Amino acid sequence: MQPQLRILSSELVPQIIDEAFQLLVNPGIKVQLKEARTSLADAGARVEEEREVVQIPEEVARKALETVPHEFFLYNQDGEPSVHYGGDTVHFDPGSSGVNVLDAETMQHRPAITHDLIKVIKTADSLWQYDAQSTALVCSEIPKEIGDLYRLYLVLLFSKKPVITGAFSTKNTSVMIDMLAIFAGGRDALVQKPTAVFDVCPSPPLIWSQFGSQSLIDLARAGIPAQIVSMPLAGVAAPVTLLGSVVQHTAECISGMTIHQLAKPGSPIVWGGAPAIMDMRHGTTPMGAVETAMIDAAYAQVGKTFGFPTHSYMCASDAKVVDYQAGMESSTTAMIGALAGINMISGAGMLDFLACMSTEKLLIDAEAIGMAKRMLKGMQVHTDPLAADMYEGINFKGEFLKLRLTRQLFKEEQYLPSAVIDRGSIRTWQQMGATDTFTRAKTQLQDLLNTYQPPDLPLEQVAELQKLVSGLAKEAGMDQLPEF
Amino acid sequence: MTEQMYSAMAQSIIDGESEEAEKLAKQSIELGIDPLDAINQGFVLGVDHVGNLFSRGDAYLPELVMAGEAMKAAVNVLETEMTKQGTERKMLGSIVLGTIEGDIHDIGKTLVGTMLSVGGFKVFDLGVDVPILTLVEKARTETADIIAVSALLTTTMVKQRDVIEALDDIGLRSAIKVMVGGAPVTRDWAEEIGADGYSEDAVGAVAVAKELLVAKGL
Repeated sequence: MQPQLRILSSELVPQIIDEAFQLLVNPGIKVQLKEARTSLADAGARVEEEREVVQIPEEVARKALETVPHEFFLYNQDGEPSVHYGGDTVHFDPGSSGVNVLDAETMQHRPAITHDLIKVIKTADSLWQYDAQSTALVCSEIPKEIGDLYRLYLVLLFSKKPVITGAFSTKNTSVMIDMLAIFAGGRDALVQKPTAVFDVCPSPPLIWSQFGSQSLIDLARAGIPAQIVSMPLAGVAAPVTLLGSVVQHTAECISGMTIHQLAKPGSPIVWGGAPAIMDMRHGTTPMGAVETAMIDAAYAQVGKTFGFPTHSYMCASDAKVVDYQAGMESSTTAMIGALAGINMISGAGMLDFLACMSTEKLLIDAEAIGMAKRMLKGMQVHTDPLAADMYEGINFKGEFLKLRLTRQLFKEEQYLPSAVIDRGSIRTWQQMGATDTFTRAKTQLQDLLNTYQPPDLPLEQVAELQKLVSGLAKEAGMDQLPEF
Repeated sequence: MTEQMYSAMAQSIIDGESEEAEKLAKQSIELGIDPLDAINQGFVLGVDHVGNLFSRGDAYLPELVMAGEAMKAAVNVLETEMTKQGTERKMLGSIVLGTIEGDIHDIGKTLVGTMLSVGGFKVFDLGVDVPILTLVEKARTETADIIAVSALLTTTMVKQRDVIEALDDIGLRSAIKVMVGGAPVTRDWAEEIGADGYSEDAVGAVAVAKELLVAKGL
């Protein structure tokens, strides 16, 4: 039995959904794209064209929601299903769109460059705890116009894992789908076996911008999975109450899914988000706050009530270095997300309110994720009786190590952490240099990068990808793509 | 009696009670209290108090914002009265404020605007995603003392430099001071681009703006 956290009572869930449907009518949803307003109006919504406000009656939204797939898979570049969006399956991927990295040599936060992103991709590729890649960093030396697709380009070259990504412009959404299609064997094949999910963000409170609406429509039509990242900011851009923010999240997701399904019924879409409370002293948005994780767990439960695939932003910290706060916030929220049964949990590796990625932290977070995944396996019944038979021949001695069963089952029962986690004696620890977690992570990261094997990609397709991206890079003013 | 009135005024700001502040402002007019005295000896003391608490970490953003809203409500009533009387509240200076083009982050910028305005500045808040030329042009036509420009993204922060260059281009760099702020902005950055002022938070921004006026010799 998979242990579960269900943070909302069975009375609260219908109340949240009911209030969200009421929000869709009053005050309504601001939809800033004409095409989306028109399609909502055609479906029976009332549109105040001048204010760009749409009132979506419950029956209109419910009808659209009926066609949302309750599960789908993401495939790796070998065509194998490796991520299951649906049910209570839990996956993790690194945080995305960081602009800085924590440089482990200088311990400074500095703008990310190509080399840093490649390191992150290789690390996530090598660790089994990460089921998917993200387009983790915005490379500062790359022109903004191609910043989004350039990230995907690097992921495709260095990993076969599926990818959680997103575009910065409507034009680039299409280019990025083409890039994925090169390896999938065309756009149709990509729709059959999608290798990526695209994040799409509403703007709190209750706004679908032109770009957001357009992305929903384009992704639906293309048949490529979309992932709504609704970000109620409790107390500033959303009600201060956690439940109030969950209601807003529900309304933003339902309205987004309605726009999406009206464009093409049956296209895959995920009930996701990156909400946060507002720190009322500093005006910041703590991702490591327990209340942030509570909103996540609650909205996931609401999404599950509808039967939708879910996503959230957890396993991140607001600390600036990889210290106790970083560990506490990342592992606590990772565990809450896992127990909430969230299908894709993004955020590992991140510090400083998602602005900064630390590859060393990504490696340490993998241990927190390993433990969370162990937790999800729950208390397993391996033997019947549970214990009695194992006392045969024991004769009051601590000799269970000699039992065949012990040898058979210890790997099933225990998550075996990497050397990043110190479980040695004090003597061993001293002999090994009396290191802390971060220092051990630095060493292990070096080993990992040294043994990393690049994926065996078909050269023809790599050449096609490089041609496409270098052409766009030239248009953006880059003579040539960085060498690596 | 008047003393009690002043302390009630300050308290209404500390409590963030806009309606109470507005009521007290009206009462003070009926009682014949000079509107300027009501502001400077009553309400402003409340703002200062909350500001000090916030700087020490003993007050939080909702308290700061509500104090600002209450102050605005009171000042609104009192300024209307001053206009009737043919007098005017002397503002410390005028500031053109906005979030830089390409950036739609509103919260911090608006908070700074509230604090500057309750702190005695005339504030022209141009909103978010404001083109550099719009900022500069507004500052020129209003003969503003300061341009305060916010950026929440490292990608948009770089344009803060353009504001300074634009002022240079039209020969107003010495006349108009530039303050920068926003999450990625640091003192080093402010110095690097040649900005005149930088503050870590909204309360600090008021002090910085006051210093800039002193530097201008006002």
